[in-house]
Formats: sequence, C-alpha cells, structure tokens
Amino acid sequence: MTLDLVLIVAAGLFSIGLYGALSQQSFVMLMMGLELMINAGLLALGALWAFSTAGSAQGQMLGIVFMTVMAVEMAIGFALVTHVYRARRADITEKLRKLKG
Amino acid sequence: MIPQPLIDALFVVFSIGALVTGYRVFRTDSMVRAAFYLLASFAAVGGILVLLGAEFLGMVLILMMAGEMLVMAIMMVMYMMNPAGLNPMWMVHQHRRAVVGGVGSFVVLVGAILLTDFPSASRPPNLAVTEQLGIELLGDSMLVFQTAGVALLATMIGVVVLASQRGRFGSAEDGSAEPPLQPDEEPA
Repeated sequence: MTLDLVLIVAAGLFSIGLYGALSQQSFVMLMMGLELMINAGLLALGALWAFSTAGSAQGQMLGIVFMTVMAVEMAIGFALVTHVYRARRADITEKLRKLKG
Repeated sequence: MIPQPLIDALFVVFSIGALVTGYRVFRTDSMVRAAFYLLASFAAVGGILVLLGAEFLGMVLILMMAGEMLVMAIMMVMYMMNPAGLNPMWMVHQHRRAVVGGVGSFVVLVGAILLTDFPSASRPPNLAVTEQLGIELLGDSMLVFQTAGVALLATMIGVVVLASQRGRFGSAEDGSAEPPLQPDEEPA
C-alpha cells in the first residue's frame, strides 16, 4: 500500500462517479455519482494525510468537513428532487428543459 | 499491530471491492440494489481509511453512510418506476460522452498522480490518532467544527422549507398568504 496506489484507486472511484453523474437520467442516480466523487476525495485525503503530512490533525479535521459536505449535499438534493417533483412531476433530467416553470 | 503483508492484502481486497461495487451502482437494474452497492463501496473506502490509520474517520464514514443509504433506498422506492429490479433498466443520456469524460478524467488524474512528486512524511506508527482528532476538534479547529454544525442546522431548515407541502397559512400551491386583519382588507 503506497501513496500512488491509494490515489489511483481514488482516481478510479472519482472517474466512475463522474461517469455516473454525467450519464444517469434519474436525479437520484445522478446524486449517487456525486456521492461517489466526494467519497473518492475523502479517500485521496486519507492517503495524503497518512503518507505526506506525517498524520497532521488538521488533515483529519478536513475529513470531518468532507463528511459534512456529503450529508448536506444529500439532504438538499433530496429536498430539491421532492420540490421539483411536486412542481413539475419531473423525476428525470430530460423533463426539466427550462428553469422557469 | 497488524503485519504489513496482511495490510497490503486487505488493501487490494478493499480497493477492488470499492471499484467494482462503485461501478455496479450504475449497472444494476434495481435502484434499491444500487443504493446498497453504493453503501458497499463506502464501506470498502472506510476499510481503506482504517488501514491507513484513520480509524475514527473510517468507522464514522461507514456508520454515516449506512444511515444515509437506507434513506436513499426509501427515496428510491418512493420515486422510481422500477425499484425492485423486475424489469431491465437502462436510463442514460449522452452515454458516449459520459464514458469519454470518465475515462479521460481517470487518465488525467493518474497522469497527475504519477508525475507529481508528493512530499514523503509518513504517519508515525504510534500516533494516538483519535485522541489527536478529539483535541483538534475541541481546540484549534473548534471554529471549523462549529461552522460545520451551523451549516448542518441551516441545511435542516432549508430542507424542511423546500420539502414542506403547506406553509403556515394553507397549502403552498395557493400561495400560503397571511389572512387580512379586517374582512375586506388586502392580505398583509
């Protein structure tokens, strides 16, 4: 387990997440792609924390911030999906062609 | 102390697990199964974090994601036309461009990783990681910690505002306006 190997795994997870976020039609699947990308960021952060910063405490702090971002993104995302569904009956991106309702 | 060959073997298992389950998220017919594949991917990343020495972060990640993915599975059942995977499902757009984007980002990132000369400063083996994090959370980084808490509170309020169907004065679709003080007055 070396720094480069862990970072390459993180790059793979990020790319899968990017593919999902770009290709999926349903909002919920799209959010899964975003979550996977943040997950990859967290993994890269953990690797750099362990191998490049001599285990600095601020690195772990940044990990907590990452997890907060994940939770916020998920909660706001689902609330927006619920709201959009009520207003437009739309559950896939193709049904939202214009912002103004 | 775990011997290094075991750590390496576990790292390989967790990495392949994280990548395969992460890929399966977008290749399964059932939305609920997709949520559980994503949970498996998160659990594998949590395992790698534990192997790296960040025990607290790794376990908190697994714990948090277990709750989050259950909520996600419920959302799937509520919104999706095919929650149980009884029919084949293939809902993608601009697929070729998305594949190019994913592969391209992987190539660019790996190139950047291999070309960059990262500083080499390994974590001391006897570092008290969790204790260090606790002291950091309630010491120097307390403002960051508090800000995260306020951000979560703002999120909760925002989510309730966005998702609630009726306001204080009736249904949101009718405008939910405050009634007038006098019978034939304009609404306040």
